[in-house]
Amino acid sequence: MIRQFTESEFLFILASARWTLLLTVMAMLLGGLLGFLVALARTSHLAPLRVLAAGWIGLIQGVPVLMLLFLSYYGLSLAGFDLPPLIAATVSMALYASGYLGEIWRGSIQAVPWQQWEASSALAFSRPQQYRYIILPQAVRIAIPPTVGFLVQLVKNTSIVSIIGVVELARAGNLVNNATFQPFKVFGTVAAIYFIICWPISLLARRLEGRLHARRAG
Amino acid sequence: MPVVQVEDVHKRFGAVEVLKGIDLTVERGEVIAIIGRSGSGKSTLLRCINGLEQIQSGRIEVSGHVIDASGKGLRDLRKDVGIVFQSYNLFPHLRVGENIMLAPRVVLGVSKAEALSRARETLAEVGLAERFDAWPDNLSGGQQQRVAIARSLAMRPKVMLFDEVTSALDPELTGEVLATMERLAEHGMTMLLVTHEMAFARRVATTTVFMHQGRVWEMGPSERIFGSPQTPELRQFLGSGLK
Amino acid sequence: MGFQFQFQPVLARTDVLLDGLWLTLQLSGIGILFGALLGILLAMLRGLAGRPVRLLVDSYVEVVRNTPFLVQLLIIFFGVPTLGIRLSAEQAALSAIVLNLGAYATEIVRAGIESVHKSQIEAGLSLAMTRWQVFRHVVLAPALARVWPALSSQFVLMMLSTSVCSFISVQELSAQAANIESDTFRSFEVYILVTLIYLALAILLRLLLAGLGAVLFPTGSGLGRLRGQTGR
Ligand SMILES: Nc1ncnc2c1ncn2[C@@H]1O[C@H](COP(=O)(O)OP(=O)(O)O)[C@@H](O)[C@H]1O
Ligand SMILES: [Mg+2]
Repeated sequence: MIRQFTESEFLFILASARWTLLLTVMAMLLGGLLGFLVALARTSHLAPLRVLAAGWIGLIQGVPVLMLLFLSYYGLSLAGFDLPPLIAATVSMALYASGYLGEIWRGSIQAVPWQQWEASSALAFSRPQQYRYIILPQAVRIAIPPTVGFLVQLVKNTSIVSIIGVVELARAGNLVNNATFQPFKVFGTVAAIYFIICWPISLLARRLEGRLHARRAG
Repeated sequence: MPVVQVEDVHKRFGAVEVLKGIDLTVERGEVIAIIGRSGSGKSTLLRCINGLEQIQSGRIEVSGHVIDASGKGLRDLRKDVGIVFQSYNLFPHLRVGENIMLAPRVVLGVSKAEALSRARETLAEVGLAERFDAWPDNLSGGQQQRVAIARSLAMRPKVMLFDEVTSALDPELTGEVLATMERLAEHGMTMLLVTHEMAFARRVATTTVFMHQGRVWEMGPSERIFGSPQTPELRQFLGSGLK
Repeated sequence: MGFQFQFQPVLARTDVLLDGLWLTLQLSGIGILFGALLGILLAMLRGLAGRPVRLLVDSYVEVVRNTPFLVQLLIIFFGVPTLGIRLSAEQAALSAIVLNLGAYATEIVRAGIESVHKSQIEAGLSLAMTRWQVFRHVVLAPALARVWPALSSQFVLMMLSTSVCSFISVQELSAQAANIESDTFRSFEVYILVTLIYLALAILLRLLLAGLGAVLFPTGSGLGRLRGQTGR
């Protein structure tokens, strides 16, 4: 039976955006936490930690997000967890985010001039104190624009979790398209919703970037 | 008992020996100037005394803290040794007052009230009492350098090390920083300063050390060092337009 | 638990994996080549043409960069045939790849072009070079040298994204992995193996692009010095 693309189909798609957003937020939080540890390890003065973190970043940035999704999905179920797909989706997106955020934040930490380390060492700060009071507060400012920019990548990449059955935006579009056979309308709508989510974030990231550069130049 | 005692200190960077057996004693309240050509090891010596560089052999003792090649106990040492560099390196995300209060609060664990009073006191000492709430970026180079001095002083160090603290400043800003240091000396601070300001060294320092090729080449009362240099190297250094 | 890794059933299907790998390589290679060309072309066009064209190019770039590759793929795969144009899954995939990469490449090359100083262009013109010669030698070459690392990263990302084409049953590497998985039920083993293959591909592609960069913009030449410098 072929249905029309009506308001109810539209509302179904729109409502599914909440899963896209929820997934993004959870992946950002979990991935941010893990990514923060990765960034700390990557800038550690312990060589094994640095190597480990570099390996993690290289791995995550060197494999498709889709593979992370499948590995999380099948890995969790093999480990004996019988979990809803949303969990595997969150885990995979968090792993993905950790690799990219870890690298972004490594760069931000290393962008703090080394003299700030030296000046605080000379004042007898311990290394954790240096991170806490001197380095991270400055790194955060540098990190914000690219982190916001990465958020757009994350939102877009959540679309692939549709393949394990999470009914987020892309999957909702697929379902409606299968019923209506109006691909331009359906996926146009889906694309428009993604765009409405992503574009403002992109603009914000660009604006923040411009401001940071202006401040550094001035 | 001397505040700083440096005994036969050797420091290498890779294969290059930069300090070749330094002996130096700084008594309480003494002001010692270190002069010498660029590359003679002056900065390295100061950095070793603060524990920023690890020494390969010899012994450095600062008010009871001993550093040797093992490199232990550096943090305790640094609490008693202030150092100010050519670049001021204020913390740009903190206001002037916060810059000064942070280390006493975090490192020494003093109360907020105590940190505040130290900050006000040391800012007054460097003549910047009214800039407590300013951002570092809004200060002139000379003012930033004086804040850096105040930041070190707030730790109540037993000795202050200065490494060419006026070299990055325009000539008209140099004077205010030198005046600040001179006042510190008058107030009895023990100081070890690397400088190219020969007139200042001669006037303020009780003793002047001439370093050459990683060694203490000549050393004595400033009047004698500048008035009647003994070695040809020092004579040449003093005669060659200084810098 | 008690899970035992069994790679033999998966390794027995190496021929299938190789088929998938070959298609992944084709999609990536052709996609990167034409995506990069499209990007350079549009970045040039944007710089030379008037406001309406610029607006059009910018809109294309923004729309592509702010929507998922998967959705772009689905629109082309399902949408284009409704216009009466027959399109195989592979053709749809390749079109989506080129259009997607083209947008990112446009943006990257544009940034490179804008980092070239006006005075350089004037210097070129004053030497009686034609506008095209100036563009090619004074603007484009240094711009590409500057953004080569950014372009390279984007190429690698695109190669990895070709895996998404399995959604429309293009039988590339990850689709073949799914096939093997449904035959052998060794899902974890299949995906570990295929993940490692992608990782190796990514590393090789990075090396290849770094090598290509060294050939195109040799160190020691002015371009080599520009390589990777941001234009700020
Ligand atoms: N971190 C370092 N690594 C290698 N060599 C260094 C380092 N710091 C200083 N040096 C070298 O040590 C020598 C003494 O430097 P320095 O103490 O800065 O001299 P000065 O302060 O008298 O100009 C110079 O030759 C310098 O190049
Ligand atoms: Mg020096």
